[in-house]
Amino acid sequence: MAAATPSLPSVTPPPPAIRLREVSKRFDASATPVLAPLDLEIAAGEFVAVLGPSGCGKSTLLRLLSGLSEPASGHITIDGHPPAQGDDLAYVFQDATLLPWLDVGANVETLLRLRRVPAAERGRRRDAALALVGLADRARAYPRQLSGGQKMRVSLARALATEPRVLLLDEPFGALDEMTRDRLGEELLAIHARQRWTAVFVTHSVAEAVFLATRILVLAPRPGRLAHDLRVDLPYPRNHDTRRDPAYLRLVADVSGRLRAVDPAAA
Amino acid sequence: MNPRVLRWLLPLVLAALLLAGWQTLHHSLSPSRRFLLPSLPQLAEAFRVHGPALLLAARHTALAALGGFALAAFVAAGASLLLASSNLVRATLYPYLMGLQMVPIIIIAPILILWVGPGAPSVILVTFLITFFPLVVNTTQGLLSVDRAHLDLFRMGRAARWQELLLLRAPAALPYFFTGLRISAILAPIGALTADYLVGTSSGGRLGLGMSALLFSARNEIPALYATALVGCVLGFALVAAVSGLSWLVLHRWHDSYSPGDSDK
Repeated sequence: MAAATPSLPSVTPPPPAIRLREVSKRFDASATPVLAPLDLEIAAGEFVAVLGPSGCGKSTLLRLLSGLSEPASGHITIDGHPPAQGDDLAYVFQDATLLPWLDVGANVETLLRLRRVPAAERGRRRDAALALVGLADRARAYPRQLSGGQKMRVSLARALATEPRVLLLDEPFGALDEMTRDRLGEELLAIHARQRWTAVFVTHSVAEAVFLATRILVLAPRPGRLAHDLRVDLPYPRNHDTRRDPAYLRLVADVSGRLRAVDPAAA
Repeated sequence: MNPRVLRWLLPLVLAALLLAGWQTLHHSLSPSRRFLLPSLPQLAEAFRVHGPALLLAARHTALAALGGFALAAFVAAGASLLLASSNLVRATLYPYLMGLQMVPIIIIAPILILWVGPGAPSVILVTFLITFFPLVVNTTQGLLSVDRAHLDLFRMGRAARWQELLLLRAPAALPYFFTGLRISAILAPIGALTADYLVGTSSGGRLGLGMSALLFSARNEIPALYATALVGCVLGFALVAAVSGLSWLVLHRWHDSYSPGDSDK
C-alpha cells in the first residue's frame, strides 16, 4: 500500500471480502442503538482486530458478520453473498465450545459432517487442521483431557477444517493465560501467512490487537460506532522479537491512548 | 487405614450389624409376637423350602419388569424427541403425560386385564405406566438443556433441524436419559411386582413374585413372605446395577460425572 504509486484507471482493485453498507443494530426500538449505521470494507486477506470498551458493539458486529444475527438496517455482503448463505465463513467462539461426547478428531469434523463432506475428505481435512494447530497426536483424546489452550487449538482446527475464506474470532484467547495466549497468537499468524483468509478478531487486549492485525478498528460505545480505523505497519513475520520492537511498543501506547479516550468509564 | 480396604470393610460391618440387630429384635419380641419378624434361621429355612419356586417367580417378574421398562425407554425416547420439537407440542401434550402418571393403578388394574389380557401383558403395561414418566420428563429436559454456544455453533454450521436434534440435542440429553433410567429401574420391579399382585391372578400358572406374596400371605407363611420381599429387593438392585453399568459404558469417556479426578463419589 504505497501511497506514492499512481494507480492506473484500467486496474480495478479486488472486490472487498467484507462490505457493510449503513449497517445498524438495535435490540430495543426505544433504546440507543447497539450499533449506529456503519460503513466498512475489509479487503481479502486482511487481519482486522476490533477493539473497544464494553457496550461498543464488538461482539454484535461479529454476530452480524456471521449471520447469527440480522441487522436492523443496511446490508452486509461477504464475498458478494449475504453472510447467512456463504459456506466460506468460520467462527471461533470465546469458549472452545467443543462437544464433550466427541473425541478431538470428531470435534474437528463436526462442521464438515453438517455440510455432508464425504468421510475420506473429512479425514484429510481433519488431519491437516490438527497438524496445523500442533495436535496431530491428540485426535483420540476427549475434550476433558485437554488444557484450556489445547481446547482452543481444537476449536481453531475445527474452524480451519472448513477451509474458510473469512475467519471470525470472538475473543478466542481471552480466557487463557498470557503465555499460552501469546504463543497461540504467533501460531495463528503463521497459519494466516500460509492460508491468507480474511480475519476479524475481536479482543480486549491492545497488545494482542497490535501484534496480530494489519488493521485495527477502535469502536466507541453508545451508540456503537467506528472511532478509529488504523493501519498496523509492523513487518512480518511477527514473532517474539516483535513484542520488544520500539515501533510495536509505540503503537500499543498510541492505540491504548485512543481506546481510553473513547471509553467513558475510563475518563 | 487404606481407604480401599475401608470401602469394602465398612459396608460389610454395617451388614453384620444389621443382621445382628434383626436377630436381637426377633428375640426381644414376646414369644407370641415373634412370628411378625422371623429369625434368621427361619428365613434361611424359608429360602431352602421355597427357593426354587421363588427363583422361577422372580424370573417371571423380572421378564415382565424388563419388558415394561424397555418399552417405556423406547417410547419415552421417541416421545421426548416429539416434546422437545416445539413449545406448542409440549404445552399440549404434557398434561396428559402427567395424567398417565397420576392414574391410580389399583383402580384401573381390572380394566387393564380386560384390555390387554391377563398375566404378562397386563404386568408389562402396568410397569410401563409406572416407569414411563420419569424417563420422558428427564429426557425432554435433557433435549432442551443444550448449551447456547453449541446451538450457535450448529447454526453457524447451517445445521438442519434433524442434524441439530440427532448430532447435538440427543447426545447432550444422554446423561439425562440415564438419570431417568436409574429412577425407572428402581420403579420397574416394584411396578411389576405390584402389577402381578393385582392382575396376575389369572396368569394361568406363570406365578410372579406378587402372586407368590399373595399366596404366602393367605397361608400365613410369614418367613416365606419376607423371603419374597428380599428377592424383590435383589431384583431391584440387579436392574439398577445393570443400568449403572450401561450408563458407565456410554458416558464414562466424556461425562463429568465419571471424571477421573473425583473417585470419592
